[in-house]
Amino acid sequence: MAAIYSLYIINKSGGLIYYKDYGSAGRMDTNDSLRVASLWHSMHAISQQLSPVSGCLGIELLQADTFDLHCFQSLTGTKFFAVSEPGAQHMESLLKFVYELYTDYVLKNPFYEMEMPIRCELFDINLTQAVQKDRVTFLGR
Amino acid sequence: MQFFGGSEISPSPPAPTASGNNGHMMYVFNRNGVCLLYREWNRPLRTLDAQQDQKLMFGLLFSLKSLTAKMDPTSAVEKGNLGMPQLPGQGCSFHSFRTNTYKLSFMESPSGIKIILVTHPRTGDLRESLKYIYNLYVEYVVKNPLYTPGSPIRCELFNTTLDQYVRGIS
Repeated sequence: MAAIYSLYIINKSGGLIYYKDYGSAGRMDTNDSLRVASLWHSMHAISQQLSPVSGCLGIELLQADTFDLHCFQSLTGTKFFAVSEPGAQHMESLLKFVYELYTDYVLKNPFYEMEMPIRCELFDINLTQAVQKDRVTFLGR
Repeated sequence: MQFFGGSEISPSPPAPTASGNNGHMMYVFNRNGVCLLYREWNRPLRTLDAQQDQKLMFGLLFSLKSLTAKMDPTSAVEKGNLGMPQLPGQGCSFHSFRTNTYKLSFMESPSGIKIILVTHPRTGDLRESLKYIYNLYVEYVVKNPLYTPGSPIRCELFNTTLDQYVRGIS
């Protein structure tokens, strides 16, 4: 069983620009993944409004019965979130590593248009390697 | 009409010390989204008025529960459309989420009562604590013959016991 079920990347407007499934039992079609991503964008924003103290940056971890959802938001508003097994370790490190891959293979790609879906082969290849690699590797980062 | 104590509003708990109280606020909603109880212990930031805040909180919880049921990666059954109302206990439900400034713990009873406790982000698993708070609700509110289901909770004993218990949550 994979520790990570799926990975989403959404742009600062809440549009889904990348979705990768790693073995969920219940398949989501394209429309459903778009809706889920947009809904998460809204929930993230509302959670900031409901904070009892100032300086809230939004949901980092959502814990449910059968999964955890880890979310990382970059300073420019791009969100990376991963659905994983409950209690999966080092997901924060993985998301930051995915952010590095995103900056290296997507943002530096001169043919990539901002806010558009990601279709970069090198990004896909390196992301697959990162997810399959032993999680212990991320301990050192 | 208030039969307990001389004051409608119970005295505020003492100001939280650095090492003491970790609770920020607590909400109780019924299945229709009516806010039965709002308790506040430490809330420096307020972005909305009380009614809008409660409606926004209920909407967030409803949507998160719907999102969670839809996203369940271990269930292959047809889950229906996003936003479709679900019976309490049906489908995968979330029990907490954490941000950099707070942690929200959530519990829903089979009768649709939702209990929400907002604490500091390093709080551990509060599922058992919320079950205990639900027991307090049953003992002091549901068993109170003067309480009308669906109306806001105004029960001095419940408030006092709740404040004492939340103060002890680490």
